[in-house]
Amino acid sequence: MEIIFNTPSAPKETENIENKQNFHIVTPGEQITSDPAFMRGHGTYTQEDVVMASVAGVVERVNKLISVKPLRTRYNAEIGDVVVGRITEVAQKRWKVDINGKQNAILLLSSVNLPGGVQRRKTELDELNMKSFFSEGDLIGAEVQAFFHDGASSLHTRNLKYGKLRNGSLVVVPPALVRRCKSHFYTLPCGVDLILGLNGYIFVSKHPDKKSEELSPEELYSNKNEEITFYQRSAIARVCNCIKALAKHYMYINDSIIIYAYEASLPYKISDLLHDDICEVIVEKAKLQIEMQQTL
Amino acid sequence: MSSGLDLLSPEGLRIDGRRANELRRVNCKTGILVQADGSAYIEQGNTKCIATVYGPREPSHKNLQYHDRASINVEYSIATFSTSERKQRSKMDRRFIEIANIVKQTFETAVITSLYPRSQIDIYLQILQIDGGALHTSINAATLALIDAGIPMKEYVCACSAGCVEDTPILDLNYFEENNFTPTLTVAVMPNSGKISTLVSESRLHLDKFEPVFNLAVSGCKQLHSVFDDVIRKSTTELANRVMEKQKE
Repeated sequence: MEIIFNTPSAPKETENIENKQNFHIVTPGEQITSDPAFMRGHGTYTQEDVVMASVAGVVERVNKLISVKPLRTRYNAEIGDVVVGRITEVAQKRWKVDINGKQNAILLLSSVNLPGGVQRRKTELDELNMKSFFSEGDLIGAEVQAFFHDGASSLHTRNLKYGKLRNGSLVVVPPALVRRCKSHFYTLPCGVDLILGLNGYIFVSKHPDKKSEELSPEELYSNKNEEITFYQRSAIARVCNCIKALAKHYMYINDSIIIYAYEASLPYKISDLLHDDICEVIVEKAKLQIEMQQTL
Repeated sequence: MSSGLDLLSPEGLRIDGRRANELRRVNCKTGILVQADGSAYIEQGNTKCIATVYGPREPSHKNLQYHDRASINVEYSIATFSTSERKQRSKMDRRFIEIANIVKQTFETAVITSLYPRSQIDIYLQILQIDGGALHTSINAATLALIDAGIPMKEYVCACSAGCVEDTPILDLNYFEENNFTPTLTVAVMPNSGKISTLVSESRLHLDKFEPVFNLAVSGCKQLHSVFDDVIRKSTTELANRVMEKQKE
């Protein structure tokens, strides 16, 4: 068996980092403006009418609103976000879901689709059967529907796109790397489905044989994986490793860069993809392709 | 009891060759661990510390959930190999719990916890090598890790120790100086506003000496602030260059 040691890499040269695009960078306690005409947004606080930064990051100005965006932070939910989460607790008429945020999100029994697709009031029987829909440890895809008064977010899965996730594997990346875009559901050319959760949880699974509308009620909440061929399994593993490689280099993640990284990774063995040097080659190639596409 | 003369030579130099008002070499780095929300590594002379921050996240216990603010949880531990004598230490050591409590109280004033009700911020401190000033190094490491995690703070918290040898105030004591019955003062300040968040002393210090020693410690904190600000600014710029340029598409 081949054994490879990953020794700690030497710290990168951080002496000559230039601020290429003239970002206005502030650190906690730094004064941003003393003009009382400005309003303070996220990442700031006021002290005697002076707007100060409370986090280290980049200043963003929208008209009269000043906010500071930290570059590494936990996920901040917004209504309409697609997230991937894990059930942590089954409670009275609700599930608690870990979405990598500052609090667990809540999925109410009234905001899930029942098997069979019928719209009806949830009965006591449904409440007793809650564990048969989602139980602790299950992965779900969901959308942020609303916020409770204490700041916790309420999710819903009232769409066939959402619901229990199976036949695949989860990759966790920093949430800042996944940006809001038109769609978060993709089918890659290599026959792999992708859900880019805005909370940094990415689910990579095999492309289902049947459309979700054709699934039987039992299959919708089933805990069993379908048959996955060797080819599909290795495609999933390769995509997962590509995403991990991109995250290692703190590259933003969307469908096109994953496709480019996948193509660049094809000459290598899947198990080798996470070695530092191969990682770097793949990321650089994918980055070049993206830049080429943008200049065209 | 050894005389003060050993600690301060007639030329005004200390055992390690520093002058009385000189800090030890500071070396720090943020974002060293990928799996944590924020992390930092700091060396002050031969004292080395890693701080890891997780959160704000769902509290581990219901009784740590406050409806109006986040709770801060600090765990302090030192590596078995960190001192000259190799020794296994329990995490429940009363001394460590006390240090963890001091760090916790320091940051409860600086972190804007009211933004995150019903959540918890965890700070894990691990000392890798001790050469005096473990408390102030821990506070400094925690500050850097919290900023790295994007947790809102009023401003930096910088900590430094100072002591008094033969009427001369000395800055940033090392292990030998700390253990020679030198009266020691550890101060944590928020340098811009000048507010003091922590002042710890475990020895007797004459009231007349207090002010010069205290002022020296504060000046040390201000020097550290400029070092930390430089490091944070660099790492933030680096991340901004990587992540933000794509937003201009």
